[in-house]
Amino acid sequence: MNVVRVEIPHHLRTLAGVRGELTLDVSGAVSVKSVLDALEAQYPMLQGTIRDHCTLERRAFLRFFACEEDWSHEPMDKPLPDAVATGEQPLLIIGAIAGG
Amino acid sequence: MSKVRVLAGTKKGAFVLTSDGKRERWEVSGPHFAGWEIYHMKGSPVNPERIYASQSSGWFGQVMQRSDDGGKTWEPVGNKFAYEGEAGTHQWYDGTPHPWEFKRVWHLEPSLTDAETVYAGVEDAALFKSTDGGQNWTELSGLRKHGTGPNWQPGAGGMCLHTVILDPKDDNRMFIAISAAGAFRTDDGGETWKPINKGLYSQYIPDPRAEVGHCVHHIAMHGERPGVLFMQKHWDVMRSDNAGDNWTEVSGNLPTDFGFAIDVHAHEPETIYVVPIKSDSEHFPLDGALRVYRSKTGGNEWEAMTKGLPQKDCYVNVLRDAMAVDKLDECGVYFGTTGGQVYVSADAGENWAPIVRDLPAVLSVEVQTLS
Repeated sequence: MNVVRVEIPHHLRTLAGVRGELTLDVSGAVSVKSVLDALEAQYPMLQGTIRDHCTLERRAFLRFFACEEDWSHEPMDKPLPDAVATGEQPLLIIGAIAGG
Repeated sequence: MSKVRVLAGTKKGAFVLTSDGKRERWEVSGPHFAGWEIYHMKGSPVNPERIYASQSSGWFGQVMQRSDDGGKTWEPVGNKFAYEGEAGTHQWYDGTPHPWEFKRVWHLEPSLTDAETVYAGVEDAALFKSTDGGQNWTELSGLRKHGTGPNWQPGAGGMCLHTVILDPKDDNRMFIAISAAGAFRTDDGGETWKPINKGLYSQYIPDPRAEVGHCVHHIAMHGERPGVLFMQKHWDVMRSDNAGDNWTEVSGNLPTDFGFAIDVHAHEPETIYVVPIKSDSEHFPLDGALRVYRSKTGGNEWEAMTKGLPQKDCYVNVLRDAMAVDKLDECGVYFGTTGGQVYVSADAGENWAPIVRDLPAVLSVEVQTLS
């Protein structure tokens, strides 16, 4: 079991009723998919807000960053860097800075 | 002591406005869900403390909320709206096929008999139903799979199912409206649907009298006379006296018959209200004067209601779900504007006053009459 740190946007923190960075227990290989699976299992109200309910694709105005690299277009099940898997670095889920 | 609760959905959150039956002094609660678009909120007629809300965002998609204490606290419920079977295609703006894609919930219509049952009209146009208080949603796919579905096209605001009306005298009958497909009726609880657009004339579509393709903006009904419907179409105010089988124009002496909102007086089924808007390219009141028009004759003969409303330099819009009436003895009429005002008339439209002036753009207004 890996302990992974995740940062989610302000509006999703409000929706989930949490503050600050989240800590998740992730089993198996640590990938964007497995982190999101753990996140949605712990906070079911976030289902559908980061990835589409049916296609499981990333919502267009959200991006994933790990260790200062953009992981948004990487395969969702590609293992994240060790620094994220070990909890040294967080996985960042960031909303596009656009719109009003 | 009677009381009213106004539910205002705005571009940046939800607001709950409460007053006693005099409707003079108001308490404002909100914003709830600050920063999110609240397309619609509506309370259950069975349990007025149960309120459903549609919360959405271009970033995070659709969230559904439910309150069991009249809007004081909220709980997220199910937000999975999956089209049944193959989604198929409708027409895009340029006439090419475009896949059906869920975007948001435009309208919520709680059941008249069961607080756990609620209908959701969504974009791209479809009707969903929940029987467990919003936790799970099932499409009533007979509507979308109606033979004309591939020919439906979006209006400027998207291909939205924005109006859901339940017949209080017939559990199996419902009316819905879609921009820009038109109006439809089911007589079997949502299994099958028929277009009810005969009599509509829309000169901006290839066949102005087509079976579907009309940009219906809103429909209103009085519960005591469910066979009589009033419609604000893109242009034209219409009425039907046979549950939508045929429509006749009742725009009469309106200065412009473009608009979005329409509603019926709570106790006078022939008294109706509209807010005329200048045109489809200029979404603001004619001459910068905000006027509600009232007809006491079911249409055709209209009078401007102006007392308390701005009569110069007013360039707001009143959207389709942003007008409502209460059920107090002296019927109250309410509407919200894209300028952030929510107005009330406690005397059926004679006099108006703002409840609030500076909310975000108002997307919807509903009112609950509480005892």
